[in-house]
Formats: sequence, C-alpha cells, structure tokens
Amino acid sequence: MVSTLYAALFYVAASVLMIGLAARLRRYASIPVPLLIPTTPAPTTRLGVAARLAREVVLFESLFKANTWTWVFGWMFHAALLVVAMRHVRYVTQPVWGWVVLVQPYGIAAGFALVAGLVGLWARRILVPRIRYISAPSDHLMLALLVGLGGSGLLMTYVAHTDIVALKGFTLGLLRLEIRPLPADPLLLLHLALVIVLMLIFPFSKLLHGPGLFFSPTRTQVDNPRQRRYRPQSAARPLPLGRTE
Amino acid sequence: MAKPSDYIINAAPSDPLEIPALKPGAMAGCKPFVAKPEVQAALGLPGTLVENWQAKAIEKMGDLLNSSRSLQVAMDSCMKCGACTDKCHFFLGTGDPKNMPVARQDLMRSVYRRYFTVTGKYFPWLVGARDLTEDVLDEWYTYFHQCSQCRRCSVYCPIGIDTSEVSMAARDIMASVGRGQKYSNEIIGKGLKTGNNLGLPLAAIRSTLDSLEEDLRADTGVDIAMPLDAKGSDIMLVVPSADLFAEPHIQGLIGYAKVFHQSGLSWTLSSYASEAANFALFTGSHDHMREMARRIREAALDLGVKRIVFGECGHAWRVAYNFLDTLAGPFDFLDQDHPIPQHICEFTHALIERGQLRFDKSQNDAYRLTYHDSCNVARGSRMGDKPGGQFEIPRALLRASCNHFFDMAPETIGEHTLCCGGGGGLLGDDLMELRAKGAQPRMRALKNVAVEHGVTHMAAICAICKSQFGSVLPAYGFKRDAILSVHQLVGNAIVLDGSIQARALQKAAR
Ligand code: SF4
Ligand code: SF4
Repeated sequence: MVSTLYAALFYVAASVLMIGLAARLRRYASIPVPLLIPTTPAPTTRLGVAARLAREVVLFESLFKANTWTWVFGWMFHAALLVVAMRHVRYVTQPVWGWVVLVQPYGIAAGFALVAGLVGLWARRILVPRIRYISAPSDHLMLALLVGLGGSGLLMTYVAHTDIVALKGFTLGLLRLEIRPLPADPLLLLHLALVIVLMLIFPFSKLLHGPGLFFSPTRTQVDNPRQRRYRPQSAARPLPLGRTE
Repeated sequence: MAKPSDYIINAAPSDPLEIPALKPGAMAGCKPFVAKPEVQAALGLPGTLVENWQAKAIEKMGDLLNSSRSLQVAMDSCMKCGACTDKCHFFLGTGDPKNMPVARQDLMRSVYRRYFTVTGKYFPWLVGARDLTEDVLDEWYTYFHQCSQCRRCSVYCPIGIDTSEVSMAARDIMASVGRGQKYSNEIIGKGLKTGNNLGLPLAAIRSTLDSLEEDLRADTGVDIAMPLDAKGSDIMLVVPSADLFAEPHIQGLIGYAKVFHQSGLSWTLSSYASEAANFALFTGSHDHMREMARRIREAALDLGVKRIVFGECGHAWRVAYNFLDTLAGPFDFLDQDHPIPQHICEFTHALIERGQLRFDKSQNDAYRLTYHDSCNVARGSRMGDKPGGQFEIPRALLRASCNHFFDMAPETIGEHTLCCGGGGGLLGDDLMELRAKGAQPRMRALKNVAVEHGVTHMAAICAICKSQFGSVLPAYGFKRDAILSVHQLVGNAIVLDGSIQARALQKAAR
C-alpha cells in the first residue's frame, strides 16, 4: 500500500520535475535579449565566457566577492550536496559503479557539512536584519525542507538504520516500472516524502537559480560589440509564460 | 529649493562601505516630479494615469517578460541570498531597506508572483506576492527612482541579476500607463526635437564654439578649430551637451579640441546629433533609445565622416559601445580600421602610445588628483582591447598629464566603483536629498584619500558625475570645483606644436 503510494508519487514528481523544468528552460531560451548587457569587465570570447560561468558554478566567484560568510556556508552546502548526491547513486545502480564506491566515505562527512552549511545560512537569514528583511515564509520553509532532508538522512545513517537492501530493491524496481516493497520505516518515509516535495516544487521556486545562471545575460554574453555586430535573436513568439489567469 | 548643504553628513574620515542600521521608510517620501501631460504626449505616452491602468500595467509587464530575458531570469532566479543587500550606495547612504537591491527587485517580483505564477496566485502570503494597487504603484514610483542603474549590485549577485534591468522595466511600465518621470521624459523630448538634451539651438552652440576658439588662440597662440557641421571631416565627435556650456565639462571639450588639433585629423561636432547622452536608457524605452541613436548614424552619413568618437559621458558610452550598432547600425560606411565607435580617452591614449603628444605635467601641479570610475563605463562597457581597459586608459591619461595621482581604496574603484548618486535620470533638484545621501560612500572614499594623500581634486569622464559632484561636494566639506574633466587635465598639460607653451619650454631648456 505504502509502496504503491510512494511509487506513484515518485512517478508524478519525476514527471513534474522534468516537464516543468524543460518548459521553463525552453521558455528562457525563447526570450530574446534585445541588447548586449554583460557586466564588465567581461570576457571577450566564448571560451572566456565558458570559463567565467565555470568559475561561477564551481567557486561561486561573484558571491565570494560579495560576502565571506554567505560564501562559506553556501559553498559548503552546495559542494556537500554534490557529494551526497553522488553517494546516492548507489541506490539506483546495480552493480554500483566504481567511482560511486569511492565517494562513499566522503559522503558521510558531506552529510554533516550539508546540514552545517544550511544551518549557517538559516542563522544568517534569521540573525542578519538585512537578510531577515528580504525573507518570505517560503525562504524559511525551503531551508526547513532541506534541513529535514539532510537531518533524516543523517539519522538513518547513524541512529536508526533502515533496511538499505530492501530500499534499493524498491528504487531499482522504480526504474524497471515494477513496484517492490518499501521498508515502512517512518524516517525513511519522511526522507522520501521530502524528496518528492523537492522535486515537485523545483520548477516553480527559487531553486531555479541554478539553471537561471546559464540564462543570465550579464554573465553569459561576450563583450565584443565592436568586433561583431550584436543582433538579438528575432523575437519569434516566446513560449507561454504560464500565466495563471 | 533644497540645497545639498541642508543634508550635511558627518565629514570625518570613515569607512565608505560601512553598513547602516535598517531605517524602514527613511526615504519613502522622496520621489521625483511626475511628468506633465504635454511632456508625456510628446513621447507618445498617456498624459495621466489611464483608467484601467492596473490591467494595462500587467499587460505591459507580460510583454516585457516576453521580450527581455534578463527580466524574466531576475524575477525567477533570486534565491534571497542577501549578497547584494549592502552593495547599493543608496542603501549605504540612507539605510532604507527598500534601497537594498533585492528588496528593490522584490517590489516588482511580488507583483510578478501574484499575476504570473501559480504559487503567488494561490498562496500569496507564502511567497510574498501582492496585488498591484495604487499604493504599490506609488512605492514603485518612489523606489524605482532611487536606483541610478549603476549595476554595482550585478557584480556581486551569484546569478548576475542586474537590478537596473528591473528598474528600467518598472519605469517603462509606469510611463506606459501615464506615470512618467518629469526629468527624464522632458529631456528625451528635447533630445528628440532639437538633437540635444538641453534644447540648445544651432546658433547658441556656434557662438559658444566661437568664443572658445578665441580663448584658445589667446591662451596658446595657435589657431585651434572648433568645427560644427563641417562636412567631409575625418571624425565626428559626439559629446554630452553639458560639454557645450557647463563647468567643468567645457574644460574637457577644450582638451578634446587640443588633442584633435595635435593629431592632425580634421573633426567636427554635429548640430543634428548634438547629444551623446541617451536618456532613454534610464526610462527603459527602446523606441526612444533607437531614435536618439539613429540621429547619430544619420549625422555621420550626412557629414560624410570616416570615424565617430564619443566625448566624456558614462551612460552615453555604454549606449555607444554596446547598443549603437544594434540599434542604428550597420556602420559599414565608416573606416573599419578604427574602433566603431571610439572613446575620446582611447583616441588620446593611442596618440600618447605613438608618442604624438607632448605634456608639461607641471601645468597640473596645482592639483593632487584621484579618479572616479563612472559606473556605466566601469560595469557596462569597455575601452581598449582588453577587459578592464576602461579602468586603465583614463588613468594612463591622468598619469601622463599630472605629477600627483592617487587611487581611492580598491574596494571603491574599478568594477567595485560607487555611483556618484546622480545617474540613471536622478539628477533633478527634486531628488537633492537622495543625491546628497547617495553620494556618501564615494565622498567618504574621497575624504580618506584627501586625508591620507592630500588629494585635492577628483577627475571623471561622465557628464552626470561632474554635475552631481559639483552639487554635492560642498555638503561633504569639499569645494564645488574639486571635480574636473579628465581632458581638462590633458588639455592643461598638452604642449601644442608652435604654441606659446612650446616656445616657453624651449627657452627654459636653453
Ligand atoms: S543598480 Fe545601482 S542604484 Fe540600482 S539597486 Fe543596484 S546598486 Fe543600487
Ligand atoms: S545577490 Fe542576487 S540572488 Fe542574492 S539576494 Fe541579491 S539579487 Fe537575489
């Protein structure tokens, strides 16, 4: 029963995530950028722009210039998230790939770093008046959701172990469109429920900031207007905005 | 009318980037005059708030979201990280939290979410969405006119969100429903009618140039031409109209003329395109911006020039460097061996590099100088071949022409530079309080080098910066004339062939 429900929710969430995200990205790509507006000094070649974006993605270069503490916590959280995500690949591969085996020991430290980074960001959101001022309830809820995810994950690793073999059976089953039994362990159910929520809200929330960077003209444009005439893509009808009325 | 000195702010040395305590509502009462119906009408805009303004505004917002990727990405991608919250000079100077860049964006984002997203429609309280009410419109008008579109926030945002793009869109929306800003819209109207922002007629320009020619002859003993509408010249020079009458701007014009004279190339101003500064950049109207840009192309064609050079003007240079070709190009009729367009600083710099200019730096010994990077040159354009040339080239000119040059603190110059506080169409007297307070970080940085290095003057290459500093310097304990044009210093020190100065130097050497 629970297994069926979760399986169904996973399929729904995965579809919403993929379709929603694809629609969003296609919409961004379809909107013209009428003028050349890179934030300068900017690279003068495409390769340079790729390097600029790489520095933004890997090092959070702009954030580093802006604020040390936000950078420390933000970078720690994202880097840890990457390692933790890599570690989770073992739940969907059989046999487990070599590099996934290699990251396993780091995954544990990453789990703590992930929660610590989130707590740091949340503390700033509450304690720094400027950031408290700009926070909506959704900003706090988002952090609660992520802390809940990380916390339940850590608890399962250290306190209340779950039946990993059965879980893996369930996840591998999902990939093969078969519903296999999911351990009815409350922590695990909570963890998976939060994953489902995250997948569902991703395309409609500020989590779009990741993809957004790659469509942000101030970072993606090449500074070369005197070498090559800039002509915006013709304003072919942009894809629908998803207006709600 | 308010004077800057009414808003004196402590002038003791202090941290220019000191973060103030939040003072909600501190600047809520500070807004510019609304454009009169006839001003709006001249630009094809409704004279007063239209009846169904709310629906119209939302419709316009939808149009802009469909035509400007930067706006759509800004609306969706801000994760409220707060990195930009302490980066705006208007926040640093006023403490009003709505002057934090992200909070400024939120004024529009809250409306975007309400009308264009599912979450905002059904759970407005959750994501801070709100209806576009009369109060909200009022708040837009107030705080989107407390942004000088300087792009400082965009340097620090991890996603590269540029609040100025949001301000431009908001102003465009407001103007389209009948709530335009008097200052900018009047100026655009004049520009479209007369070719320059001051509405100077041809005769007035010619008589200014005539008297400058006379002064120059008396000072140097050389005949330096100040041509207007001279067909077949090598170069058309486009200057901000302030260069034709205001101090210290006009001293810069004298400097350009000396440089051109020494270069041996013929040049001319155009009466048809007698304005470099394109104020439509501030109001966000691409149609008006294109129209102003088109005049420049037409003037160049009409005069049959081979090159276009721009004078000292920050926003003008951004439009010229980045947008001119897109808006009014192609400029295939110009000499392709030279940058199109070229900045006067690049032009002068190239002559220096080739050893074609001689300087007597002692002519500027009365000044101990620093340099203010103008925001739109720094973060919205480039000079020279390499990124960052916009910082090096003007400084190279100052070092070539002055003995005493000192930079302000590194976190307040270059890409981190602080706006003068008067850019983006905020230069009217109606916003004097805002201008005085917004200048605070820059003034503090200047105060620090004044104390540390005995700096007496600051040079800039932007007409708005020069006018703004001319107004607010006294409020911070500086003389009004502590702001200079870069080409004023170049012009002071340049030794023209056959001039009185050249002969004096020769004599001294013997
Ligand atoms: S563009 Fe400049 S004035 Fe506008 S919000 Fe950003 S920092 Fe402030
Ligand atoms: S720095 Fe960018 S993402 Fe962060 S709060 Fe400011 S606008 Fe939003």
